[in-house]
Amino acid sequence: MPDAASQSEMTALDLESLAADFVALAMKAGASDAEAVVREGDEFSVNVRMGQVETLKESGSRGLGLRVFLGTRSSTTSTSDLTPEGIRQLVDGAMALAKVTEEDPNSGLPETGEFGSLARDLHLYYDDVYSLEGAERIEWARRAEAAALAADPRITNSDGGSFDASTGRKVLANSRGFVGSYRSSYAGVSAAPLAMDTNGTMQRDGWWSGARCFAHLESPEAVGAEAARRTLRRLGARRVTTQRVPIVFAPEVARSLIGSVFEAASGDSIWRSASFLAGKLGEQIAAASLTIVDDNTMLLPTGAGGFGTSPFDGEGLPSQRTVVVENGVLRNYLLNTYTARKLGMKSTHNASRGLAGTPGIGCGNLYLEPGILTPEQIISDVQAGFYVTSLMGFGVNVVTGDYSRGATGLWIENGQLTYAVEEVTVAGNLAEMLKNMTAIGNDLVFRGSVASPTLRIDGMTIAGA
Amino acid sequence: MNNPAASPRPSHKRYFFEKFGITDHMLERCLGEALAAGGDYADLYFESVTATSLGVDEQIVKSASQGTSAGCGIRVLSGERTGYAYTDNLSPERLLHAARTAALIASGPAKQTVQGFVEAPVADLYPVPLGGYDLDLAARLELILRADRAARAFDARIVQVRANYSEELKRILIAASDGAFASDTQPLCRLNVFVIAKEDANTTKGSAGGGGRAGLDQFSGSKSPESLAREAARGAILQLGAVPAPAGEMEVVLGPGWPGVLLHEAVGHGLEADFNRKKTSAFAGLIGQPVASSKVTVVDNGTIAGRRGSLNVDDEGSATQETVLIEGGVLRGYLTDKLSARLMGSANTGSGRRESYQCIPMPRMTNTYMLAGDDAPEDIIRSVQRGLYAVNFGGGQVDITNGKFVFSASEAYLIEDGKITAPVRDATLIGNGPEALKYVSMVGHDLKLDEGIGTCGKDGQSVPVGVGMPTIKLDKMTVGGTGR
Repeated sequence: MPDAASQSEMTALDLESLAADFVALAMKAGASDAEAVVREGDEFSVNVRMGQVETLKESGSRGLGLRVFLGTRSSTTSTSDLTPEGIRQLVDGAMALAKVTEEDPNSGLPETGEFGSLARDLHLYYDDVYSLEGAERIEWARRAEAAALAADPRITNSDGGSFDASTGRKVLANSRGFVGSYRSSYAGVSAAPLAMDTNGTMQRDGWWSGARCFAHLESPEAVGAEAARRTLRRLGARRVTTQRVPIVFAPEVARSLIGSVFEAASGDSIWRSASFLAGKLGEQIAAASLTIVDDNTMLLPTGAGGFGTSPFDGEGLPSQRTVVVENGVLRNYLLNTYTARKLGMKSTHNASRGLAGTPGIGCGNLYLEPGILTPEQIISDVQAGFYVTSLMGFGVNVVTGDYSRGATGLWIENGQLTYAVEEVTVAGNLAEMLKNMTAIGNDLVFRGSVASPTLRIDGMTIAGA
Repeated sequence: MNNPAASPRPSHKRYFFEKFGITDHMLERCLGEALAAGGDYADLYFESVTATSLGVDEQIVKSASQGTSAGCGIRVLSGERTGYAYTDNLSPERLLHAARTAALIASGPAKQTVQGFVEAPVADLYPVPLGGYDLDLAARLELILRADRAARAFDARIVQVRANYSEELKRILIAASDGAFASDTQPLCRLNVFVIAKEDANTTKGSAGGGGRAGLDQFSGSKSPESLAREAARGAILQLGAVPAPAGEMEVVLGPGWPGVLLHEAVGHGLEADFNRKKTSAFAGLIGQPVASSKVTVVDNGTIAGRRGSLNVDDEGSATQETVLIEGGVLRGYLTDKLSARLMGSANTGSGRRESYQCIPMPRMTNTYMLAGDDAPEDIIRSVQRGLYAVNFGGGQVDITNGKFVFSASEAYLIEDGKITAPVRDATLIGNGPEALKYVSMVGHDLKLDEGIGTCGKDGQSVPVGVGMPTIKLDKMTVGGTGR
């Protein structure tokens, strides 16, 4: 893709020295420590709806972020303006802002000697994501939608099929000698068909395939067919009465539960006591079959780096694998340097860093280790229950653990999936839900950086008609 | 309704011309390139944003940050197709390159010419002092420090307090091939307080915030740092004694103000024209049909002075307006942008919005609220045998195709025999958009708009919005708790 390539006139080396220059400028301006990030990226996306191109988007951008310290006072600035004037403002602005902040004894860069970047090839970048010609990219989007539309006469409308690709480069440099950079790539194909049943009620669902390497993508036809299957199974959905039955979470929704555990175990929630897991290190917090791992170094079975894999974290510490929960026991909090200091612990190298703001805490490849049961075995074991395939809303409170979300799925009767269910909620408390996980599937697949196999949880309440 | 004397404000335009060296000739050239492959319409959206934020945490001013970004998004329409490209480098070469990229959505000889620019007079809903707001950081720090002190003083059980102040100044300039030309300077600020309360083994959280498109003097009265801090602290303390929320269908009373998020989710998104043009919304084809009880009138109004969701012009350069969505229970209209208005043959409601220059505009809400009715709020509560009274909410979400929506109560109480009794723990409420408002049986006289904290997400784009509502009673709605 010549257009996107021409946006990236600078090489990795150029960007690394650019970042190092910003650090030097900040030090010259009087900072006691400084850290710079440079981000560069380009994107392409096309959406085809009812066989016609609907949107076509193509662009690139670049940004710069700076964090400065005056002892234990600190500030951050960011800009998209890489002219000398823009850079001067970035540095001067950061110095002026740092002076209005106050001493925070735990602030500061990691210690020299902690820094590092994994030397091995993590397979994060593949230049084939832009290998398709423009017309072929449109064709991929069209094929995904066409496969969905062709699957069944009840599929009557569509939000379209899409193909998108992007590449990016991240650079981090600081005044304690760390300079690192890496490139990453992504390509994706998706479809979102609508189906209508005999009484005119519409349902929509979708499916996608995403990969770092174009060659690893599923075919548009497979994606479209799966999108159609998911949409069709929603037809005829009804409500069920308010009751307490076993809930089986499909992998694509179970992953959000694992994400909630991560949020509750992350250092920022812990030091504030803003988590139902605060103070529970070493305690049994979940069923003994439950092991949750965050691995920022992982390769996928395809050989590509995981969606959450990186050579170093947002503060320049080498990526690592951290066991969060082991056989139900909370083993580690997820920490960056600041929260580690607050808790008197060591960083787990989970710092996340955008262009703006101070480092937060982010997961790498976060997953629940698979069990031995197939999803079919889990379902067949349920007399009456609810198989949840999508969740709605933000009703998760990690402080209290209270959990209440809108849910859609299929009713389980005598171990079989039956009719579709909608407009109900599933509710419980995460602390109890973790202990009431009574079955874990063997179907762990990484479709994103957070993944879980099928999960069964008992004791939750469905609210409905 | 607010309709101040309209006048063109050339200062916004001058900012881009002076700072980035943009000229009328350059704009025309870019639009010409954008239309060179046969597009029907093209527009340029220039944006320059400066954002500042300050945070106090554990009584320490821990964070201060500032960011600037500038860029231009170029859009070309050809029939129902949209081509889009953006650049953060505003040099003529880069702009022309982006124009040529977007142009490729069409194929053929140029058929449209660029019309002469006409800058229409627009309202001035959020006057910005000449030269922008001075960034008196000390005055802004004082706001968060006051909030911190007030939250700590509220109750000894408040163990953690965080307060953040954020402010942005967004300048935009829009030039379109149909001659539309607009510029605006949009201030937006917000003060937030987060607290943690602890008693024995119980830990709870509370938060409150306020803001809008106005200067620092807006942080008084119900939006003063002290009021917001007390509100956050009160919510957290209340939760310490909360009982499990009930589960199932029951009568639900929603308090005034922010619970209007119900309207945003239940009907607002479903009435955005793009979904209706494509017939992917549960509301498609329902214009003129009853979708709510006759007591319900809902409007979207982008013209209220100083509000978070208000805009002088939308992100396509069209003036914003008050649009009646539901009148006396009957569906009246959709929210449109240029593309959907043209394709649907309807009027443009000035609802084309985008998150930034990197995004394609689409129909969005501004400030969405239900008009007041006649009932006294006390009578509404008194009329309920057994139900839920919800006064504060977190976020919500909707599936616009089947109409199912949720919104999560963060402060709610049981109503027993006409009286408000125990506070309940967080619970999500769920309903069906085209049906839910048919059960509105009472509408209070106490219409209130929210304090200015709403952010709406659609297709990955976030924009600031407002909501509002009087106290209302729904004869039935499903409450997603765990109790009986």
